[in-house]
Amino acid sequence: MNSLERIVPQSKDFVMGNEACAYGAIAAGCRFFAGYPITPSSEIPSLLAKMLPQVNGVFIQMEDEIASLAACIGAAWTGKKVLTATSGPGFSLMTENLGYAFMTETPLVIINTQRAGPSQGQAGKAGQGDVMQARFGSHGDYEIIALSPKNAEECFTLTVQAFNLAEKYRTPVVLLSDSVIAHLRETVDFSKINKPEIVERKRPKTLEQARRPFDDSEEDFIPPMPFFGEGNNLLVTGSTHTAEGIRETVDRATHEKLIRRLHNKIYTHQDEIVRYEEVFTETCDILAVSYGAPSRPTQGAVKRLQQEGHAVGFFRPIVLWPSPEKRLKELALQVKRVYLVEMSIRGYSAEIERIFGPDTVHHISKLTEVHTSHEIYEEIKRDMEENL
Amino acid sequence: MKPARIYRGKYLRRVPSLFCPGCGNGMILNAFIRAVDELPIPKEKYVLVSGIGCSAWIPSPNINMDTLHTTHGRAIAFATGVKLANPQLTVCVISGDGDLGSIGGNHLLHAARNNIDLTVVMVNNSIYGMTGGQVGPTTPHNIKTSTTPYGNPYHPADFPAIVSAAGASFVARWTTAHILQLKDSIKKAIQKKGFSFVEVLSQCPSHTVYKKEENAFEILEHFKSISQAGAIKTGIFVDIEKDELSESIYAQLGD
Repeated sequence: MNSLERIVPQSKDFVMGNEACAYGAIAAGCRFFAGYPITPSSEIPSLLAKMLPQVNGVFIQMEDEIASLAACIGAAWTGKKVLTATSGPGFSLMTENLGYAFMTETPLVIINTQRAGPSQGQAGKAGQGDVMQARFGSHGDYEIIALSPKNAEECFTLTVQAFNLAEKYRTPVVLLSDSVIAHLRETVDFSKINKPEIVERKRPKTLEQARRPFDDSEEDFIPPMPFFGEGNNLLVTGSTHTAEGIRETVDRATHEKLIRRLHNKIYTHQDEIVRYEEVFTETCDILAVSYGAPSRPTQGAVKRLQQEGHAVGFFRPIVLWPSPEKRLKELALQVKRVYLVEMSIRGYSAEIERIFGPDTVHHISKLTEVHTSHEIYEEIKRDMEENL
Repeated sequence: MKPARIYRGKYLRRVPSLFCPGCGNGMILNAFIRAVDELPIPKEKYVLVSGIGCSAWIPSPNINMDTLHTTHGRAIAFATGVKLANPQLTVCVISGDGDLGSIGGNHLLHAARNNIDLTVVMVNNSIYGMTGGQVGPTTPHNIKTSTTPYGNPYHPADFPAIVSAAGASFVARWTTAHILQLKDSIKKAIQKKGFSFVEVLSQCPSHTVYKKEENAFEILEHFKSISQAGAIKTGIFVDIEKDELSESIYAQLGD
């Protein structure tokens, strides 16, 4: 048994979502964590502080969340797979360097265990109000990949997936967990779950490639990544830069070329990145959309409505950004009413309303805790009687 | 001393630099690469980290080594990640007083407290130069700047004293009138296993904070006289040995 197998459970275990995230990080090859304590994410750093040294990884508690993400970026450029974990207030501070990570094409994973905001809100209570923040919280035109697990098992598998996406696309990836699944203990059989293959970042094969860390000639828009200490005199900057990394603060064409490539890097691969789950959608004319913890009672409510003979489908985005808009636009042609169930007043609604039209979407939101299946069922029934 | 072209070819990406005429940054760049040249550490083992502002441009894009040009104030936090992820690298931060001391003050304090093996060169020109001469954390009291048009109501920070109190292993201050002493201190700072901090009082002739002295030459003369008179303290203030962070962390690794 190697050290990895000794610290990551290999059989049935009773774990919290946060613990599963930490195990997923180790399994994905994460060997550097910098973070700052915040409820309700704290089990992730606590477990990693214990596990990382056992696999020759580095754990550091920084002075704040700004510094945490900064340290992660610095470490990623030495070749490490890096992680930080936080919650709303900390994520707000991280949005500064999130933009920097996107601009410098630095692979990293941020776990945001969402809590009830805004501001301090209720630290121990759940929320899903950071979905738009992940997408638009940093300034300027940037793209993000954001994933949403629904249970402890997915906290493990999607953390691995988050690292894989970060490494493959050389970009920051956010795992938008929430305090319900973060602290819910569930049985996970680690021997049976479908563990994703581990992806490593693309590396330069020639000296010329190594000296063009932001190369724009790759067909997939993803340049190979050289590391510090390899003798390539790298220039890494958050300013607009050329393929070689040279800062270009005036020329319009350089900016246009760089930002459009960074956009295309995510946009043209959205079919590979997007993941979702759907049930009863072949013939449905009503659709319930939910993600994260509330998707579980929502699925229960949909099942009950189906049993009563209503043509209600269930759709769960697993990757929130880029959004599964292609599939949702197909469903938009077939459904007359959409129920969006989430623990937020705004949450994902702008995206769902954009696709289905604001008059089609009825929002079933509950703050600080997950809805019961019955609450969702009742509200859908009430609305159907009133509006359909 | 070797002729300048030797250093230029080996260490510089571009000549001339982008700095204003009379700026102290070129002199500090000169002192830094001469210090590096006298050390046995291979060039590819250096990572130079900087934040935002004129002096953050000293390493990036001027010096031909691995450089990381970061967000405003965060250079030390980025450098911490580089050093801890690969302790074989020699990590140096070169940035301004506003970047390292004002917006980045918290990172400076905690890197010194943790005694992580970084060399930090703080270029103190007493002003925000790049943005147009606004008051900085080191601007003398009562001085008029573009954001203190009636005189500076704030008090300047003494960063070597702050960093010493926070727990740094090596602390020095020189001025651009002390280039050889500066070079020697940078050398010692890089060799020191621990957090090293070198402040350089420098000149910004474009936004001078001095009443009488207007050009670089006059400001350098002023630096000489105030340091000789003891009006500002120069020299090495701290040079001690203590547990260093990356060594402490790496000592805990393994089964």
